[in-house]
Amino acid sequence: MGGANRRVARAGISILAVVVVFVLLWEGYKLIWTAMGWENPVRPDDRTMPHTWDIFLALFQPAQRNGPPFIFVELRAALMTLREAFVGFLIGGAVGFGLGVLFVRSTMAERAFMPYVVASQTVPIIAIAPMVVVWGGRVNLPQWLSVSLIAAYLTFFPVAINTLRGLRSPHPTSMELMRSYASTPREVLWKLQVPAAMPYIFTALKVSAAASVIGAIVGELPAGLRGGLGRDLLQFSQQFTAAPEKLFAAVLIAGLAGIAFVGLITALEHRWIGSHRRLAG
Amino acid sequence: MTERDDLNRDDSIWETSATDVFASFEGDIPASGRRLSPGRLVRRYLPAVIAFFSVILVWEGLTRLFGVESFVLSKPSEILISFSETFGLIWGAGMRTLFEAAGGFVIGTSLAVATSLAAAHWIGFRQGVLPLAIVLNATPIAALAPIFNNWFGLTNPFSKMAVVAVVVYFPVMINTTRGLLEVDPAELELMRSMAASPSEVTRRIRIPRALPYFFSSLKVASVLSLIAAIIAEYFGGPQDVLGQYIVNRAQLFQFPDAWAAILVASILGVAFYLLILAAERWLMPWHVSFRTNE
Amino acid sequence: MSAPVVEARGVGKVFGTGDAETEALRGIDLEIAAGDFVSLIGPSGCGKSTLLRLIGDLVSPTTGSLVVNGKAPGQARLDRDYGIVFQSATLLDWRNVQKNVELPLEIMDFPDAERPTRAREMLDLVQLGGFADHYPWQLSGGMQQRVAIARALAFRPALLLMDEPFGALDEMTREAMQQEVLRLWAETGTSVVFVTHSIPEAVFLSTRVVVMSPRPGRISDEIMVDLPPRRDLDTREDPRYFELVIEVREALRRGESGIGGS
Repeated sequence: MGGANRRVARAGISILAVVVVFVLLWEGYKLIWTAMGWENPVRPDDRTMPHTWDIFLALFQPAQRNGPPFIFVELRAALMTLREAFVGFLIGGAVGFGLGVLFVRSTMAERAFMPYVVASQTVPIIAIAPMVVVWGGRVNLPQWLSVSLIAAYLTFFPVAINTLRGLRSPHPTSMELMRSYASTPREVLWKLQVPAAMPYIFTALKVSAAASVIGAIVGELPAGLRGGLGRDLLQFSQQFTAAPEKLFAAVLIAGLAGIAFVGLITALEHRWIGSHRRLAG
Repeated sequence: MTERDDLNRDDSIWETSATDVFASFEGDIPASGRRLSPGRLVRRYLPAVIAFFSVILVWEGLTRLFGVESFVLSKPSEILISFSETFGLIWGAGMRTLFEAAGGFVIGTSLAVATSLAAAHWIGFRQGVLPLAIVLNATPIAALAPIFNNWFGLTNPFSKMAVVAVVVYFPVMINTTRGLLEVDPAELELMRSMAASPSEVTRRIRIPRALPYFFSSLKVASVLSLIAAIIAEYFGGPQDVLGQYIVNRAQLFQFPDAWAAILVASILGVAFYLLILAAERWLMPWHVSFRTNE
Repeated sequence: MSAPVVEARGVGKVFGTGDAETEALRGIDLEIAAGDFVSLIGPSGCGKSTLLRLIGDLVSPTTGSLVVNGKAPGQARLDRDYGIVFQSATLLDWRNVQKNVELPLEIMDFPDAERPTRAREMLDLVQLGGFADHYPWQLSGGMQQRVAIARALAFRPALLLMDEPFGALDEMTREAMQQEVLRLWAETGTSVVFVTHSIPEAVFLSTRVVVMSPRPGRISDEIMVDLPPRRDLDTREDPRYFELVIEVREALRRGESGIGGS
């Protein structure tokens, strides 16, 4: 078996192990709590905690009468949410990168604007997500665009900070080396600073990817139209007493959407950056 | 003269502090204090302060000039007015949300520290739990909010605390575990030579070494906890919490009110962060000189 | 007699201002002829690395005049008249060995086709021909330094500046590297300015040893090394070698206690 195949197999087994452990814990909790008659912290009855196999089966039932299976509908919703997040992610990444480059070239720009860039994090950005979408609707922006703007906002800060840190990471002697070659600032940027910054930028991108997904879901909440994950989560939450499995299944799919996005970025990172250069996390 | 010559005359990209340059290659650091005089402090932050007030003024000016509707872009003056008029209401809501955030923060951090200590101690546990935590950290954890709302009740603050706890748990656990595991082999050898027990090693070496990582994750967690509480509230909650207030005002297009509430959220977030910062300085006074990258 | 490749008159360097002022160098008068191998030796803080960087226009002098290859140091740098090797190899870890050697060639706009050939030529010169596809982290410290030297010579500069290049290597690798550098010097005819704080190294490598005294750095002595140009293991056991080592050591001691010098 090749090394790559072995790694995939090992990953597959780990995933299976995790699922099995989770099912055991869940069902075990239900069994023991029911037997002992305990109710805290969560009631073990089938309404509140449906059996894991019921949740799994719900994926393959039709979502509505004579409709396509639940899993299809939810995956489509996830894809829609992800698309919105991804566009914003790209924009935010570009802006963040640009800011990093600007700040490394101009100390004045850094002094003037960096405190802002940092302060932007103290405003709970995701907190304005619903407001941005409602506002977008009021000024006739398509909903997907508002959601993308949220993702962009969530992305630009970590990328800017990490780009700056990465651009400054080369040892002073490397800068002296470039100066000894009479390099132009542009050459120093693209031949030394940017390649050195890549591991840092990818770390930020992974964080931003996860944040963009949450931002997209939350942004979809108040408007609640369209077929995105946010609306579905709210809807199944309201239908909880009738069909609790649906909510759990939908949350599961939302989780997988986040993992898929971050996984994509991680895969790119593994391709472009050798293992000896990757930063922890 | 080529373009290259001109560009090379611009020495600004090579500028570093003169003493650092000398120290870096002579290996001989001349003794000099690195205190920031009040003059230099002002000079460093002045551009940002000026930029801030300019932005506010321009914002106010342009919105007045073009008669921009408040639903398109609220004027700073409108936000301030709303802030002062609804202060009692939004501050009260803020306190309730802060309660949820703080509660979740405490629960999540405690669980994280317990798990980290276990992970540092038992390799098997660590190899199972750490990768799982990294993967789960990529999920939109706030999506659990509707589940918790149904389990614990929409108006029960605990349903929001649970979301906060899960959100806070992962970064704190991952970072603290890393900190506990980062050990200098030389220090371990030293402890061994003094026949120190494993718990002594943990107490005297691993924990102090882990503190910087722990605190940096706490700072992240403090900011996250307030945000997580508000997001959890967006999925449903009592009327008198910040999240619900913001969503309600936004849906009615009363944006200045929503912004005022967000202002409260920011103030509380900064306060929480500063609290952690103060705790860090108090508990780790020796570390202040290390934090050059903050 | 060809023009000197480095000519310094009354060169001085002060870092910082006000309270944080540090006088690194004072009144440096130095002449390095073409083809010379000159070592700068002195205790920490004597300014030898600063002097090297002044020659390379990585730092500007505060006083005095400095002429490198008949031009101002800045112009010499723009004309790529020198290559530099630092104590740490400073290889870019996202490029393989060959690409690292090609770095200056890229920046100096060498034609695309010529770069790989030139790079491989240089790697052969430092006897690392088979490692072109390797990455820096796969090489030992000594090998990385050889790549750094190959890179510094890739564009055939008139002058080679070396700042304690072997300081981080173990003794045996160090001696082997010293032999390498002498061979390269003989084969390429490049002038060399070599900063070190190892007395045996300075004597073994140089045609002339310049002794410097601690801050503010001054030249306290210059010692001609009249050993034969071809040097090897036998040279290290030559009585004249030991005499010179003692001479340099005494010059250093005098310099440190402030006796003698200009």
